[in-house]
Amino acid sequence: MYAIRRRSFLAKATPLSLRYLVCTLVAIFVLVPIITAIIGGFKTNGELTNAPFSLPTSWHWENYGAILSQGIFWQAIANSLLTTLATVGILLLVSAPTAFVFARMPFRGREVIFNILLFGLLFPISVAILPLYITLRNLQLVDSLLGLILPQVAFALPTTILILRNFFRAIPQELEDATYIDGGEPIDFFWRILLPLARPSLAAVGMLAMVASWNNFLLPLLVLNSSSLWTLPLGVMQFQGEHATDWASTMAYVSITMIPAIIFYLFAERNLIAGLTAGAVKG
Amino acid sequence: MKVISRAPLPTGAPPVQLIVRAQQKKNRWAGTIALFLLPSAAIYLIFVLLPVLQAAYYSLFRWSGLGPLTDFTGVGNYLRAFNNTVFLGALTHNLILLILSLVFQLSLSLILALIIGKTLPGRSIFRAIYFLPFILSDVVTGVIWTFIYRPDGGLNTFLQHIIPGFQVQLWLANPGSVLLSLFIVIIWKYFGLHLVLYVAAIQNIPDEIVEAARIDGASMLQIVRYVSIPLLGSTIRLTIFLSALGSLQFFDLIWVMSGGGPVHASETMATYLYKYGFQSFDMGYGSAVGVIMFAACFVFSLLYQRFVMRRDLAGSLTGSQL
Repeated sequence: MYAIRRRSFLAKATPLSLRYLVCTLVAIFVLVPIITAIIGGFKTNGELTNAPFSLPTSWHWENYGAILSQGIFWQAIANSLLTTLATVGILLLVSAPTAFVFARMPFRGREVIFNILLFGLLFPISVAILPLYITLRNLQLVDSLLGLILPQVAFALPTTILILRNFFRAIPQELEDATYIDGGEPIDFFWRILLPLARPSLAAVGMLAMVASWNNFLLPLLVLNSSSLWTLPLGVMQFQGEHATDWASTMAYVSITMIPAIIFYLFAERNLIAGLTAGAVKG
Repeated sequence: MKVISRAPLPTGAPPVQLIVRAQQKKNRWAGTIALFLLPSAAIYLIFVLLPVLQAAYYSLFRWSGLGPLTDFTGVGNYLRAFNNTVFLGALTHNLILLILSLVFQLSLSLILALIIGKTLPGRSIFRAIYFLPFILSDVVTGVIWTFIYRPDGGLNTFLQHIIPGFQVQLWLANPGSVLLSLFIVIIWKYFGLHLVLYVAAIQNIPDEIVEAARIDGASMLQIVRYVSIPLLGSTIRLTIFLSALGSLQFFDLIWVMSGGGPVHASETMATYLYKYGFQSFDMGYGSAVGVIMFAACFVFSLLYQRFVMRRDLAGSLTGSQL
């Protein structure tokens, strides 16, 4: 009886089978392109054209093998990995203390500074991309991974600080008072008590930033000229350009770049969604 | 009557004085505050705030991006943009995508979230599947869908199998269908984000309210209309906001799939800006387009937060200033 009572409005009125039917149809719409790509990589081009959505008659590993034996592909993976880890590392390092100040250390003018920061939520990177490029050129950061990492950190700061601030605010005041009564400084409270408690929130914002950095396209497109510095999205673009008619190889390439993201997602889905819903609550 | 809790004032630290001590401590903490704020402030200033201000400045000049800024044109670049049919077309495409997103994408997400509800067995699997495209890169998404849309590609082959005599469509190469084709991909990639937000909000609707409405004789549609949707109000308003701002900024997917073509039929403000700034090296004009994009986002945010999200945003960006 209890279980029935807990079912929600639509749930009660619509038969379960109909709900599953709708959900499954949408799930197929979502999954078919992804599966088509992965399986497409195992086909010959002729088969890919004649029967794009069916299973291959014989599984061809050559497409995948050819890509995995390319040095430039592994270079792109390494570049993406380095960029992503550095972005997330620097982002957490600089944003956590700032969020702590905004959450816990009142001072005159704090809200003004906070609002200037939140202003950044309105700037998509494309608005400022031209002057940003000139700034990077003046700082000699064009065609270097650092020129990618620092702007990525900068544009992730407003969201990250906003989410962390909300998390930090939720940590009980008593803990802070206790630290000060025991003679501690804010930095003690921050480092020894707040950060260990806030680990899930750090994971959530870190993973959001990780996905954003891994997938970033516009900035690498502008900043990175040398192919030895290219990240995966640029590698995909380049590969597709070079193999315009060889769709089977392109599908294989796309699939290989997708698979790390999907595996990461399977482990991190809860954290990612926690971060998103936390960012969506009122500031 | 004796007040037990009061301690002798000159010594110790009675609870009432804690606040005073905290006030004094703040000055001592100024160093810590500065240390904690400076790194973010520096990065934010150099890479976000300054470029945006520079964009506003550059937009007043004719400038190739090299050499000194000498050729001052005032609002000339802005006039040029608003008299340029390609730019106006790009702006229109952004608005079309915005309206399509609000009408179709958000309602699809909302209906699905209501169908999933609180208890559908296996709901976390569906949620995980729906959210999956959101974490894929726009480039990967774009390449896969380019394959699906190509003339002898997946979609045409599939439709030929199920509809006898189906004529092959050039989904991306036909100016009439390119925007709609791109929009399908946008739905595919982003509806999961909104769905996840709705599902989280539905989770927070107390069962008792729905139960009470049912006991009072409300039908399913009435419950959705008068109970769930109002209770999801703040989430719906937020997703409208996110979706609209996103629609004004589309670049990656469109750049990968159509490059803004054919004949500018899928140009957006961002692809237009990129073409002028980095392919024609017309930096002043490109900056002006950037400023117009920003102004569109800014005015929209301001009005939306002022009139629609006011209740939801105590203390946020503009809420506290208004």
